[in-house]
Amino acid sequence: MGEEMKDMRYIRELLERGQRADGRALDEFRKVQLEIAPYEKPEGCAIATIGETRVMAGVKMEVGEPFADRPDEGVLMVNAEFSPLASPDFETGPPSVVSIELARVVDRGIRESGVVDLKKLCMIPKESVWIVCVDLQILNHDGNLIDAAALAAVAALLNAKIPEYKDEMINYEKKTVKLPVKAKPVTVTVFKFGPHLLLDATVTEGGMSTAAMVVATNEVGNICALQKLGTEGISEEEVLRMWAMASEKAKELRKLL
Amino acid sequence: MSDFLKKEREFVVPGDLIVVSMDNLPGKNAYREGEGIYAKKLGLVTIANRVVSVIPLNGIYIPKVSDMVIAEIKEIQSNGWVLDINSPYEAFLPLSGVRGYIDTNRTKLSTVYDIGERIYAKIIVVNQLDNMYASMHDPETRKLKGGRLITMNPAKVPRLIGRAGSMIATIKKCTSCDIYIGHNGVIWLEGGQMDKAMEAIKLVEEQAYTTGLTDRVTAMLGGKKEEKDEESGREETGRTETFED
Amino acid sequence: MKRADGRKPDELRPLKIEVGVVPNANGSALFSFGRTTAIAAVYGPRPLHPRHLQVSGRAYLRTIYSLVPFSTTERNRPGPSRRSKEICKVTMNALEPAVFLEEFPKATIDVFIDILQADAGTRTAGINAASMALADAGIPMRDLVASVAAGMVEGEHIVDLAGKEEETTACDMPVAYMPGKKKITLLQLDGNIAPDDAAKVLKLALEKCEYIYERQKEALRAKWVKK
Repeated sequence: MGEEMKDMRYIRELLERGQRADGRALDEFRKVQLEIAPYEKPEGCAIATIGETRVMAGVKMEVGEPFADRPDEGVLMVNAEFSPLASPDFETGPPSVVSIELARVVDRGIRESGVVDLKKLCMIPKESVWIVCVDLQILNHDGNLIDAAALAAVAALLNAKIPEYKDEMINYEKKTVKLPVKAKPVTVTVFKFGPHLLLDATVTEGGMSTAAMVVATNEVGNICALQKLGTEGISEEEVLRMWAMASEKAKELRKLL
Repeated sequence: MSDFLKKEREFVVPGDLIVVSMDNLPGKNAYREGEGIYAKKLGLVTIANRVVSVIPLNGIYIPKVSDMVIAEIKEIQSNGWVLDINSPYEAFLPLSGVRGYIDTNRTKLSTVYDIGERIYAKIIVVNQLDNMYASMHDPETRKLKGGRLITMNPAKVPRLIGRAGSMIATIKKCTSCDIYIGHNGVIWLEGGQMDKAMEAIKLVEEQAYTTGLTDRVTAMLGGKKEEKDEESGREETGRTETFED
Repeated sequence: MKRADGRKPDELRPLKIEVGVVPNANGSALFSFGRTTAIAAVYGPRPLHPRHLQVSGRAYLRTIYSLVPFSTTERNRPGPSRRSKEICKVTMNALEPAVFLEEFPKATIDVFIDILQADAGTRTAGINAASMALADAGIPMRDLVASVAAGMVEGEHIVDLAGKEEETTACDMPVAYMPGKKKITLLQLDGNIAPDDAAKVLKLALEKCEYIYERQKEALRAKWVKK
């Protein structure tokens, strides 16, 4: 226990000087790896690993009724599971507000950029459309979950294939047509510690930061989603710096998709 | 000379800038940020010497050392009593806080103060809000039996006491009622014309922040304004929050 | 450019602001943007149970936002939805920087927000009401918090989105701000908008927050200062 405490104090001292325990620059990501379609069963899947954080996204498709206010569009849903195996801090039970927030923030980044062309997923208007469920499973939590989850989600959608639908039956064994995707949004979270802004915070660094901004941008650099996190207020100028920092990094990460 | 943006007795809300000056100090319910002193609570500005404070108009009771409180015994432990003082935090009355010696081998603590009984006690130690001690050594302290208990907004208690105890002295004299006021907003009355006294207290609570109140209360009770509380010699002073009239 | 309801781009819907609407609460307020109405009630600081929710060294600002069943076009089923839970969290984060939570270790300050009418901007109306309710309750705060949503329709930057504007806007950006401290405490965005435009939309939102702030102060004064 004493050992951990020493680490925390050391990490905090370093951060105060604008340095990090693993020697990274403030705007540097840990090693990012993207495994595309590691498993066959889901319609699409991907595992994003950032440092020791691992998130898997799985896409499952069903047929169902569209939303009443969008009768000619497919449905996209994003859900997140903070499985207790991923961290001593995750507990069993109903979704925590943090996991709900993560799912909704990742959802926004995907939905608003129009990744999935929902209009092409309508079979019979008002009656039957494809429902695309993206489930995010946290496999190991060492910080920056949102960025990893969003990356996995987009990668999973990009390689997803639609199952065959014949005579009102879904044949999950036959998947040939790719899901109609038309954008590559990337989500980057910028963390604030005192006057410093940093990217890809570890669990410890994330716990010490007092505010953060999640920024989702698309290929032309437009902002598709924003979410301020944390309990400290930030200035207008800090907000603009955070947008710029996230946007810049997103360009790099997009090359992986 | 600093320029005050808010004057004495002016209404302020949290975040209002009262003065920009390094010559002044933030007092109660005010805080400094950079060169400015700002209001922390909704209330009235008051400036005494160089200290800028805000008299709060509302708020739950936050105990301070030397406050007199009317408490209810909530729990009996092996070495004392846990008190409910009408606050999010409890106070503890240790054995050492009681007058006289108690031999715990011979005396059950419940025979001294039992659950549900009420006492007029003094807060003597506030380490942190969740670590407070009360005492029954002060000559004013006592167990309160019978009588009637009412609660009022703790923020208005200083007004009920009045300057040097003048308001409460007036009410007591006109109604011949014995009244104990807890800074925690709990008031105990006994004897005399309790209904009339309660009406007067209600009037004070409703009109706490107006001027000329003592005269109106006196008129309502049909009596003469008292200069200070001569009768019991109790120290009924408030702190910086007492009001002039 | 005229908006669907005839407003100018930088015009807010008619505001209705009242403090002290829930006598039982320690502090309370009502805030409406046109047909969106929020009531907030504050209880506390008060003891926090269960104990495992207690935060050492400071109070917990327990924020509960809910849409009452008759507030929406189609009846809203009682019980918190995922959306409501997220709004509870962002609302709490929007108010926390304003409150001196350190003064009440292990206690809770309960903030209840009920949306009586929902016509876009419910979370911003809720934050405006809650901030006044906290001040009304005598809770020590650094500043009030003002909130409004802004966006862009047909190239024009607009404020306080209502009705169909939520669909036609290039972005829906709810913002909460402590104007005295110049700190942003809530910032969200849904949409697809160039960063330069987003920056202008943000600036417009902050300006309007400053205006709402003055109206909040007036409403607090109206309750407490009697002639």
